[in-house]
This record gives sequence, C-alpha cells and structure tokens, in this order.
Amino acid sequence: MSATAAVRPHVTEDGRELGEVLMDLRNITLRFGGVTAIKDVSFNIQQGEIRAIIGPNGAGKTSMLNVINGFYHPQEGSITFRGETRSRMRPHDAARQGISRTFQNVALFQGMTTLDNIMAGRALKMRRNFLWQMLRYGPALEEEIEHRRKVEEVIDFLEIEHIRKTPVGRLPYGLQKRVELGRALAAEPALLLLDEPMAGMNVEEKEDMSRFILDVNEQLGTTIALIEHDMGVVMDLADRVVVLDYGRKIADGKPDEVQSDQAVIDAYLGVPH
Amino acid sequence: MIYREAGQFKTSYRQDSAIFPILQDRIAIIFYLFVAFIVIPLFGSDFFLNSMMIPFLIFALAAIGLNVLTGYTGQISLGTGAFMGVGAYSCYKLTTFFPETNIVLLILLSGFFAAGIGMIFGLPSLRIKGFYLVVTTLAAQFFLEWAFIRVGWLYNYNDSGAIEVPQREAFGLIVTGPAATPSVRYLMVLSIVVLVTWVVSNLIHGRIGRSWMMIRDMDIAAELIGVRPLHAKLSAFAVSSYVAGVAGAMMVFFWLGAAEVESFDVNHSFLILFMVIIGGLGSLVGSFLGAAFIWMLPIVIRAVPRVLGLDINAATVEHLNFMILGALIIFFLIIEPHGLARLWSVVKQKLRVWPFPY
Repeated sequence: MSATAAVRPHVTEDGRELGEVLMDLRNITLRFGGVTAIKDVSFNIQQGEIRAIIGPNGAGKTSMLNVINGFYHPQEGSITFRGETRSRMRPHDAARQGISRTFQNVALFQGMTTLDNIMAGRALKMRRNFLWQMLRYGPALEEEIEHRRKVEEVIDFLEIEHIRKTPVGRLPYGLQKRVELGRALAAEPALLLLDEPMAGMNVEEKEDMSRFILDVNEQLGTTIALIEHDMGVVMDLADRVVVLDYGRKIADGKPDEVQSDQAVIDAYLGVPH
Repeated sequence: MIYREAGQFKTSYRQDSAIFPILQDRIAIIFYLFVAFIVIPLFGSDFFLNSMMIPFLIFALAAIGLNVLTGYTGQISLGTGAFMGVGAYSCYKLTTFFPETNIVLLILLSGFFAAGIGMIFGLPSLRIKGFYLVVTTLAAQFFLEWAFIRVGWLYNYNDSGAIEVPQREAFGLIVTGPAATPSVRYLMVLSIVVLVTWVVSNLIHGRIGRSWMMIRDMDIAAELIGVRPLHAKLSAFAVSSYVAGVAGAMMVFFWLGAAEVESFDVNHSFLILFMVIIGGLGSLVGSFLGAAFIWMLPIVIRAVPRVLGLDINAATVEHLNFMILGALIIFFLIIEPHGLARLWSVVKQKLRVWPFPY
C-alpha cells in the first residue's frame, strides 16, 4: 500500500477539477500521557476534494481533526497548509488561515439567534475598532450591514430564512446542525472540517445535509474533510477516504478501493481468532 | 393592540439590524426619555429625586456594568462594589489635582482607572472559570477594600478616612456638594446614564458584543472561529469595570456626598448581582428593571401604610418589607427564571398578537 493515494491534479467523473495538495500531514503522532491517540499517520487533502476520515470508535478521527485545526499539538510530525509548514499554533490562528469546522456535538452559541450565530462566523472578517463600535455609526455600521449581506447569502444557500431570528437553543437538532454548517461557511473557509455532520439524523435530514455538502463543494469550491459513520454517505460523497484504526492509518484511497480493502473489513467486522 | 407591526416593512438590512426595529418601540423610548428628562425634574419632589430616582439610575448603571461581564460574557464577578470604589476614589483624586476641570469629564475619566484595575483582576479569567473565578474577584474586592482604608493618599490623609465631595460647578450650575439641588444632580446622573447605556448598547449589538456572547455560550467554539479569549474577556472586564467605576463616582459625587469604605463593600457587590439576576442576565432593560425592583420597591412598600393611613409601627413595616420583597423575588424567579426582562419580552410578544393566543 502506498503512503498516500495518487495525488495529481485531475478531473473527477462529475467534472470537478481537483488541484494541488492543500494540506499535507506527515508522520503525525499524538500522545496524551501514555496513550497514543494517533501514531505515525500521513495523508493529504487536495484542493477541491471531499476527503473522508473514517474508522471504528476510538480510532482517532476527532483527534485528527483537532490536530488539523490546532486544538491539539502533535508531538511528532509536520503539517503543511497552503505550502506553509506550521509550528505550534492556536485554534484562532487556524481560523485566521482559513480552516473552519463544525462539531460532533453541536457547539452553537445557544443564547444567540441563527443570524447572530452566523454573523459570529464572520468575526475574523470584521475590522472596525472599538471606538467605531462604541458609536455604531459610519464605518462600523457600514461594515455590519456589509457582513449581514454575506450572511444572508449563506442563509439563502442553506434555506434557513424562516429561523433567522430564532434563538438556536429552540431549534430542532437537524436545523441546529445546518446552522452550524452556516456558521462555518460564513468564514469563507479554504478548508472546511465536518465532524460527523450527520450523526443522529433521520434519512431525510441526512439527504438534505448530503446535498448541502455537495453544493458547498461544487458551487463554492470549498475543500472539505469530513468524519462520518454512515458508510453509505461516505461512499457517495467522498472523493478519497482515509481509514484509521487504533490511531494508525490502515487504508487510503478511492471509496471503492477502501471498501474492498481486507484491513478495513477486518477493522470493522473483526478478525476470527 | 399597542403592538401592531402591520405595514412596517423593512426593505434594507440597515432597517432590520436597527436596535429598535419596531416603530412603537422607538416611540416608547422617546416617551420614556421625555418623561425622564422633562416631567420628572419638573414635578418630582426632592425626596423622590434624591432617594429614589438618583440611586435607582446609579444602581442601574452599575448593574449594566456587571451585566456586561456576567450576563453577556458569562464571567461571574463579586468585585463590582470595589470597582465602583475605584471609580469614586479616582474621581476624588482627580478633582483634588484638577479642581477647575469640569466634574462630569472627571467622572467619565475616572472610569478608566476602574477599567485598568478591572483588567488586572480579570487576568485570572483566562485560566479559571465559574466559582473559582468568583473567588478571585472576591479577592479583588477584599484587596481594594483594604487599599481604601490603608492607603491614606487615596482620601488625602484626612482624619475621618472618608472622601468628602467638594463643591464643583459645571455648565454654570453647582452640580456637586451640599449646595447642589436634587434636580440638577438628577439631570447630570440621567445624562451620564443615558450616554453610557447608549454606548454599551452599541458595543453589544456589534462585533465586540458578539465576541463576548460567543465566549459566554461556548468558549471553545468561539476560539475555533477566531475569537481570542484574551481580547474578548479582558475587553469585557474593562468595559464592565469602566461602567461600574462611573457609577461609583456618580454614587459619591451626585448622591451620597461623602463616602468611606463601607459604601463599596461586598454587600454592594451582592446587591448589584441580585439586581442583574432578577432583572435578567444579558439584558440592558433588565438592568433597569432589576435596579427598580431592588431599590424602589422597598421604598414603595414602606410608604403604603402611611398612604393608607394604617397605624403600624416602623419596625413591623420593616419586617413586612423584608417578607414581601423576599416573597416577590421567589415568585418572579419561579415564574420566569430568566428575570424580569424575559417577562417583559413575553408580555410584548403577547401584545403583538393580542387578542389572539398566537
């Protein structure tokens, strides 16, 4: 098995162009005390693709995502994003570089409305200083309105106009997930990380969410890395899949290749002793 | 009935993002301001102005200060009393050094000293949360109380250990000291409260207020979105302490006339915290409602037997006062744990659709 699946700019069957390597992770090892959560994992994410990270429970998928956006600091290995190898970084630095994400358990700002939550996603784009903010006049107000326009585009895109002014705490779970996607999109990320975007959803909601993920990828051209347990979804959405098990990478490649990989089947179904 | 929005179409995001998007609310605000600025000073008795309105406004402002920190940023503080004291003592020192400078300007400046001290005592909030943060703000409270007693320089080494407000003129009027009339002092307090409330409201509705609420609701997600906890938390401590400091300076200069350390003790911190909780965490209206509830209601209850001509002795009235107030606090917190402000917005929502249930 090669270290990473073939990476060449190419055009997929549905006509999308996949470009250069956007993020390259090399020999990542992450330990918590004596526990090794991720051991010597290397893979990359190409510009414009949907990259899935799968694996059984406790395989280190979420840890991997936390490494990517700077929440955990791996003890070994290097991460190169947009040609820049990063040293220790804080999560807000990752956000500044264009990585945004959603969470496995919805992490919305419960006390704020849908609109404010998505406006929050644009926190980094807003520049007006404290003095203008105090007056809420002139440049500060112009900026606020300008960003409101962008936020409304996201709201349109995700079809959540009707819940614009509703505090998110009152929304059903499926819609909360969608608002969270909106908040991540509002930052106009170069790389979007989705941690189990379909966990706990019914079939209809899953179909909706899949459609939004594909739309984001195709219309906005956003590169997406996602973790998901629903294999049907992963096989349909992903361009390439990396499989982790007990913190090690056991397979990497196109969905159909991964599906028939013996190591993957063993990891999911177990091996007779 | 009162709230009919029919025909009020918002055609731009500017209109929709306005702080008072509904016409009736704008009219109501203008009406309240008219009453506060014109009617009350003209017709209010000295007792009403001095014992009810001035302290009510000052405590409402202090509650707004604490609400920025606790209601909007989610950092509980028991140091409000001390931060008010920092404002008061700095204003006293400023007016000692610059007796000719306009006292209103000095009051607004003294808030910056409180903001500075508040930021220093806000530093622990970067590492600790919840009850543990409460303890560190309590440390601020006790340390500052100690300083107000022990650092003689703060009260110009006078024998009483108290700060006494000198007579100062501004805008051609005597505004502080025993010679200042209640209505002048009331108007000064009201103007400053309106100005500071307006500024805080602007901050809350913009980027900075959102970053505070992000930290409050989910600090990890806020950081992953790009909010720096350092900036958000310390700016909240600074704004909160600034507002508390201005309130403290006004409390001494426009209300008490003289103060010593007891005016800024931990009881005042608790008093302001109760106002915020009963009024509604994360609501500016709530700060006013809470201050009115805690400060004005006892005075009203005390006045009831006198007005009705009942012959009840003062001690009994005082006991009844505690019982009624306590019962009311429990009652309001049971029917609406989110405070009077939430109750207020529920009533407004009902009025929009009345007489239909929804």
